[in-house]
Amino acid sequence: MPAVSKGDGMRGLAVFISDIRNCKSKEAEIKRINKELANIRSKFKGDKALDGYSKKKYVCKLLFIFLLGHDIDFGHMEAVNLLSSNRYTEKQIGYLFISVLVNSNSELIRLINNAIKNDLASRNPTFMGLALHCIANVGSREMAEAFAGEIPKILVAGDTMDSVKQSAALCLLRLYRTSPDLVPMGDWTSRVVHLLNDQHLGVVTAATSLITTLAQKNPEEFKTSVSLAVSRLSRIVTSASTDLQDYTYYFVPAPWLSVKLLRLLQCYPPPEDPAVRGRLTECLETILNKAQEPPKSKKVQHSNAKNAVLFEAISLIIHHDSEPNLLVRACNQLGQFLQHRETNLRYLALESMCTLASSEFSHEAVKTHIETVINALKTERDVSVRQRAVDLLYAMCDRSNAQQIVAEMLNYLETADYSIREEIVLKVAILAEKYAVDYTWYVDTILNLIRIAGDYVSEEVWYRVIQIVINRDDVQGYAAKTVFEALQAPACHENLVKVGGYILGEFGNLIAGDPRSSPLIQFNLLHSKFHLCSVPTRALLLSTYIKFVNLFPEIKTTIQDVLRSDSQLKNADVELQQRAVEYLRLSTIASTDILATVLEEMPPFPERESSILAKLKKKKGPGTVTDLEEIKKERSSDMNGSAEPASVNASAVSTPSPSADLLGLGAAPLANSAPPPSSSGSLLVDVFSDSPSAVAPLAPGSDDNFARFVCKNNGVLFENQLLQIGLKSEFRQNLGRMFIFYGNKTSTQFLNFTPTVICSDDLQSSLNLQTKPVDPTVDGGAQVQQVVNIECVSDFMEAPILNIQFRYGGTFQNLSVKLPITLNKFFQPTEMSSQDFFQRWKQLSNPKQEVQNIFKAKHPMDAEITKAKIIGFGSALLEEVDPNPANFVGAGIIHTKTTQIGCLLRLEPNLQAQVSV
Amino acid sequence: MIKFFLMVNKQGQTRLSRYYEHVEINKRTMLEAEVIKNCLSRSKDQCSFIEYKDFKLVYRQYAALFIVVGINETENEMAVYELIHNFVEVLDKYFSRVSELDIMFNLDRVHIILDEMVLNGCIVETNRTRILAPLYVLDKVAES
Repeated sequence: MPAVSKGDGMRGLAVFISDIRNCKSKEAEIKRINKELANIRSKFKGDKALDGYSKKKYVCKLLFIFLLGHDIDFGHMEAVNLLSSNRYTEKQIGYLFISVLVNSNSELIRLINNAIKNDLASRNPTFMGLALHCIANVGSREMAEAFAGEIPKILVAGDTMDSVKQSAALCLLRLYRTSPDLVPMGDWTSRVVHLLNDQHLGVVTAATSLITTLAQKNPEEFKTSVSLAVSRLSRIVTSASTDLQDYTYYFVPAPWLSVKLLRLLQCYPPPEDPAVRGRLTECLETILNKAQEPPKSKKVQHSNAKNAVLFEAISLIIHHDSEPNLLVRACNQLGQFLQHRETNLRYLALESMCTLASSEFSHEAVKTHIETVINALKTERDVSVRQRAVDLLYAMCDRSNAQQIVAEMLNYLETADYSIREEIVLKVAILAEKYAVDYTWYVDTILNLIRIAGDYVSEEVWYRVIQIVINRDDVQGYAAKTVFEALQAPACHENLVKVGGYILGEFGNLIAGDPRSSPLIQFNLLHSKFHLCSVPTRALLLSTYIKFVNLFPEIKTTIQDVLRSDSQLKNADVELQQRAVEYLRLSTIASTDILATVLEEMPPFPERESSILAKLKKKKGPGTVTDLEEIKKERSSDMNGSAEPASVNASAVSTPSPSADLLGLGAAPLANSAPPPSSSGSLLVDVFSDSPSAVAPLAPGSDDNFARFVCKNNGVLFENQLLQIGLKSEFRQNLGRMFIFYGNKTSTQFLNFTPTVICSDDLQSSLNLQTKPVDPTVDGGAQVQQVVNIECVSDFMEAPILNIQFRYGGTFQNLSVKLPITLNKFFQPTEMSSQDFFQRWKQLSNPKQEVQNIFKAKHPMDAEITKAKIIGFGSALLEEVDPNPANFVGAGIIHTKTTQIGCLLRLEPNLQAQVSV
Repeated sequence: MIKFFLMVNKQGQTRLSRYYEHVEINKRTMLEAEVIKNCLSRSKDQCSFIEYKDFKLVYRQYAALFIVVGINETENEMAVYELIHNFVEVLDKYFSRVSELDIMFNLDRVHIILDEMVLNGCIVETNRTRILAPLYVLDKVAES
């Protein structure tokens, strides 16, 4: 027989528990329990009145059975009876049963309330304690109605025992949480605040919990708690380790109370009173100092308790976010913990640092730990620690380290736990977008994301990449080329097919000049994936096909054949069938100009909050991410600005930058046979001057438009009352393809419509242009399209002239515009390090290799716009290369058929004088 | 705030459970099973905090017995972690070297100790002498 039971051992209970323990199977256990339940039920229903001891024993058994996971539907009445017993042991079991088993809407509450009322009035502190515990644990509305008036009185009465005060404080807290309307603030509130000064630390501990909750809801009423909490905290942290006797835990004075006081202070901003503020700063410094002192005990409990206080102090420092010195110290302390051998500390340090990263004072300090955090991602054996590391990397990310962090996250994604993959995908997508300067990097990142974790890439992510590609014409060609290459993989994720289908449908023409990605090859590639895809993806691909019909008239019949096949026209899926029928019909009956209008390139999407961010917020729950994001937004307000299509405003800002020094890389081996690079240096100067035209004087206003096209490829080149000329072009290495759209703005036909592209003799040798003739009649309101294939043979300065002659209502019209084919279109960006750049820069000693031009900018120079210009110009924008951050540095290679010429560029803005050197 | 306080052995048998927010009995059983599964699957070099649904579990293992506390974000993990140890030390003092059997056979007393330390989800007392005071009163009454 077990002798372990203490005190008034209930023998029957011990036997029962032993029986249960000896049960060999779950079935045996259930059988034994049912037998016992039947026994107890019969005892309770029996004629013989049970004595207190028996009732207590049976109630205790029921409690044990409940703990084993069996519902108890009787015995409540007996428990309530025990409450009115005068024996402490019986009363105690009754209360225990009720607070464990009775929920707040039980019909027994009225009876229970009666018993509680009696015990509260008994003046017996032990009974009062039991009654108050019960209210604190059950806390129903009926209880609040009965006792909300009484309890504050007990709490602040001078003669109440300390232990009763403690219970009363938490009892009031419970009633306030369940029914705040029944607990009005009153004159007791100020007296509650003064409990922080109570001699008894147990009372202070209980009161701090109560005050913290009340202060969150009524900060004004409890403002005075700040100074009291600070002075209490100060007394604790400066006390000798033995002063607080039993409240000292392994030489740490009152650690739990300290934590609670620090929590309470987090309900308020830093204290206004300089004296209080000074005292608090002293406390926090003391806590930080203690972390560096040798431990007073080798026991782990000592350091754990000390660190609990330390982490809470750091939370307060972060919450105040006003003392740079403390913030940096906190960061250093956490940095030490990042390498601590205790996993718990590493976890908490990562978590804490995450909030520290959003403070402007400590953001830089946090960033210094990037290598440690990345290492944690790679080596931690605990997924929750790795998850914290991901969170921290996300929080510490900014422009300076985005590439590294995104690369590490992608790396980690390959092996990450399934449970956190989706979140990482969202984070990578957000960071890549937010900090992309070079949108080719953004496109690469997202495609990588799909490759590595395609299943976890939600719709929001791939919608977003398409929005961005459509809104930024500087990345469209690259995106088309990249998705085309990614689709070559034998097995690619369906999400990639979606993105690829969409992008090629819009911008496939930009890479069609390359024979390796000719229209037919693009189509065949996409169609080879078609049958493996789900219905929504197939529907998307069908739309891509009809877009191809417009982009590539040469493969129209192939596409029509596919649409016409039974598997499409008679597809069991209504959506697919409908699309196939409609698209086939559209491609058959519509004229090219109607097709061109219907299937025009998607207009830019309006800028709005990234849906990915919204999704991450939803995933993390409101509050957590939002705050961080808000803070970050304030810090770098430009991050969204950079995502807007920069070239849209080109007409308003014109271009201050491109005619800065452009020089050849004479020393680079690939430029051996380059002609004197000075010619390319003067390119843009020449490009802006009028060139003589044999056919017709240049149309007025066309020069302005021409200048705009230096940095962009698509848009309206010319417009008058009759005619609009639009351009869409793409260049890759030394090849290019330009679509010229002629729109008849009138309602009358144009007759004898003959556009011709004219090159001067000089230009003919260096630029090879092929055009197809167009239909000589253009109907009113219609648009015709002309394709120009371009090959750059060697460097050139002039621009070709587009001459258009036609008859409109009997009058002969003749006009000429310069076609914006400039040398920089064959410019491919090159990334290089600061060292490389300046080494090459210095090698360019020959005066012929260098051109310097000082000009007055026509418009205020905005850094972001200028960056977009340099990228639009075709060179790579090299950040953090020039020692002066205000300067812009670019590099790239000009591709011609005969040679490749490296070019370096530096733009030194002088903002005051609005002059660039 | 502390949401619940559990003592579960390695076989997954609950030895003590205290909820500070009402949870239906069938949900309790499920939650306890999941919680112990989570704890058992972890090794010594993993940290003692587990994110679980919308709260955190802080756990410590003593021989074959796990003590698991569910907390929300307003609680300090390290403080709760040491609270568990303080609780065990109080049990140790009262039972002189506490074992799982002590807890099973003296469930009412373990509850009293816990109620003295944690009330309504808040830490209310940490002083060992004062935690045990009402229990000693009880024992005295029982003896007489």
